[in-house]
Amino acid sequence: MIDISTAVIDFGLIAPEISLVAAAFIILIIGYTKRLGKFCALTALLGIFVSFYYTLIQYGNPGSGFSGMVTSDDFGVVFRMIFLVTALLTILIAQNYLSLKRLNKPEFYALICFSTMGMMVMANSTDLVVMFLGLEIMSVPLYVMAGFARRNLASNESGIKYFIMGAFASAFLLMGIAFIFGASGTTDLKRIIADLSYLSEFSHFYFYSGIAMILIGFGFKVGVVPFHSWVPDVYQGAPTPITAFFSVGPKAAGFAVLLRVFSFGFAEVEILEPTFWVLAVVTMTVGNVLALRQNNIKRMLAYSSIAHAGYILIALTAGGIEGVSSAVFYLIAYALFNFGAFTVIIMMESRSGGTTEFSELKGLLKVHPYLTSILALFMFALAGFPPTVGFIGKFYIFSAALKNGFIWLTLIGVMNSFISVYYYLRVIKVSCFEDSDSEFAPMSMTPALMFVLFITILGTLGLGIFPDQILEFSKTALFAFL
Amino acid sequence: MTVPIDAYLVVGAGLFGIGVIGVLVSRNLIILLMSVELMLNAANLALIAFSRALNLMDGHAFVFLVLTIAAAEASVGLAMVITLYRNHDTVNIDRFSILKW
Amino acid sequence: MFEVFFPILFLFVLAVVIALIMSGLSVFIGKRTKLGKKDEPYECGVEPVGNTKEPVPVKFYMVAILFILFDIEVIFLFPWAVISDRLGMFGFIEMVVFVVILLVGYFYILKRGALEWD
Repeated sequence: MIDISTAVIDFGLIAPEISLVAAAFIILIIGYTKRLGKFCALTALLGIFVSFYYTLIQYGNPGSGFSGMVTSDDFGVVFRMIFLVTALLTILIAQNYLSLKRLNKPEFYALICFSTMGMMVMANSTDLVVMFLGLEIMSVPLYVMAGFARRNLASNESGIKYFIMGAFASAFLLMGIAFIFGASGTTDLKRIIADLSYLSEFSHFYFYSGIAMILIGFGFKVGVVPFHSWVPDVYQGAPTPITAFFSVGPKAAGFAVLLRVFSFGFAEVEILEPTFWVLAVVTMTVGNVLALRQNNIKRMLAYSSIAHAGYILIALTAGGIEGVSSAVFYLIAYALFNFGAFTVIIMMESRSGGTTEFSELKGLLKVHPYLTSILALFMFALAGFPPTVGFIGKFYIFSAALKNGFIWLTLIGVMNSFISVYYYLRVIKVSCFEDSDSEFAPMSMTPALMFVLFITILGTLGLGIFPDQILEFSKTALFAFL
Repeated sequence: MTVPIDAYLVVGAGLFGIGVIGVLVSRNLIILLMSVELMLNAANLALIAFSRALNLMDGHAFVFLVLTIAAAEASVGLAMVITLYRNHDTVNIDRFSILKW
Repeated sequence: MFEVFFPILFLFVLAVVIALIMSGLSVFIGKRTKLGKKDEPYECGVEPVGNTKEPVPVKFYMVAILFILFDIEVIFLFPWAVISDRLGMFGFIEMVVFVVILLVGYFYILKRGALEWD
């Protein structure tokens, strides 16, 4: 049992989390007061900036405290930054959309803060129970956000589906953690690894079933194929800015934990490599093939996000420094161009009577030539064409896989990338070469949306041409691992 | 007479199995919710049994955390079911088919 | 023997005294209304005789949901109470922070109007 008098309690370690929660609390308190009610978005942004500041301070000073429950290393810092930037961009793109759909409520900002805080807890722990807590703090606000449009039947449905699937997955995860606790007597990854070779016959059974259940739990959360059925429904039904948040934040958080648990924690367990091999192949293929037949862009991007999870699983299969750093790089890249694509969709949907169907894009080129080229850029990045960051990311993943001798896996990955080109290019084809039957309502472009577009374009192209810096960043992040 | 740890684990696994089957088979949202709670509590039972067998207190502390999480999940789930019921007049999940499953 | 169980006896006496004080005070300072509805088995709104398939008003669910939350969160007070003397000032401040966090939630639902009955 932990003795409180000897435990290191260093609030500096969790200062980023504390500042986000404080911002969320202030929002809840001022949200329904008359005079201060309009400052919710500002408070959230402020909280995010303060949190970012504390995160930056932690860069390069790894530490551990609270009896090993919280570990703050450079890996955690990189992921914290991804989450904070995601939250910031989500708040920016949501402004116009929320007021159009009459959803501009203070809860939205508080939920974003809580959820981001949960992700940060997930990425900054080497203790399974704290990871579970972080996962729940992340997920419960996400369920509410998926059903945020209370009067919208699709949003309701999306919320309840996410909730059932998410809670189901959490239960599996918890059972897995309980089994691993039973097998090794601890939930601290560092100590589990140390004990791994001393497991008795009795413990072996619980250990392996525990690993399987943890894999199922996280597989659900990141949308790995046998457990992916909720992804398209939830993405399609949820309000679009929230979908953008879903497709980046929780996915990155889930992979952060997967990387920590499976690439470093249980890296010695031999059965995991073929398992991840199969999961990667199935996830990529199913995601890409099902994406071919979609008529709704949000749904198409949902399947594409499943496929991208498959590419990251290739990196996980490859393992080692190259594998993990390419996974981190790809997550950063994916966050950028996926967010960009969603921003364009939000602009489209914000027009009067706008939907997210493919037909909505008809005639885009004539009215908004610049926007069409921006959309094309993001689609090229998603498909993995040079000189975008999508190409570099895929390149690093495939070369990591090749270096570790996974030739077939690489080949299947490359073939999948070719399949994906078809449906990404379809977006460009519809927007450039098909004419709209009716008058094309112009899009509303607010400064916030333009700013997000600017950032994402800068990232997509800039990192595509000069990737070294971020790659070094994601590599140094790993030496402090565990 | 002490009950061996396997007995607790068998009960836990049984409860977990009932929960899983409930989630997969049931069409009623309230029953789905209860099944999920059952699964969480099965995990709690396993945690407590293990920590008793290993003579550790950690498991007991985790159960407290899990209980509160289960409560938060349950209340969010109930709130969603109520919203759905107000909009659809049913809690049968087969009726929710705007988005294809 | 008596010394060991004295605190429990004290707890019993305290509980009885507090209960008596509470119900006694309400007799003296409470406002009383004499309505027919007040004497029914469920005075809080459900008709005792009638169609059983009538939907229950949603405000009951609201209270139930909020009750689950606040009820369960209190379990963190028990382990602290058991060893509060060993945790000392630090433990006390942590618990105050915890209760303040709960209060933020309470303040929010109050502002949001979730507890307004009509």
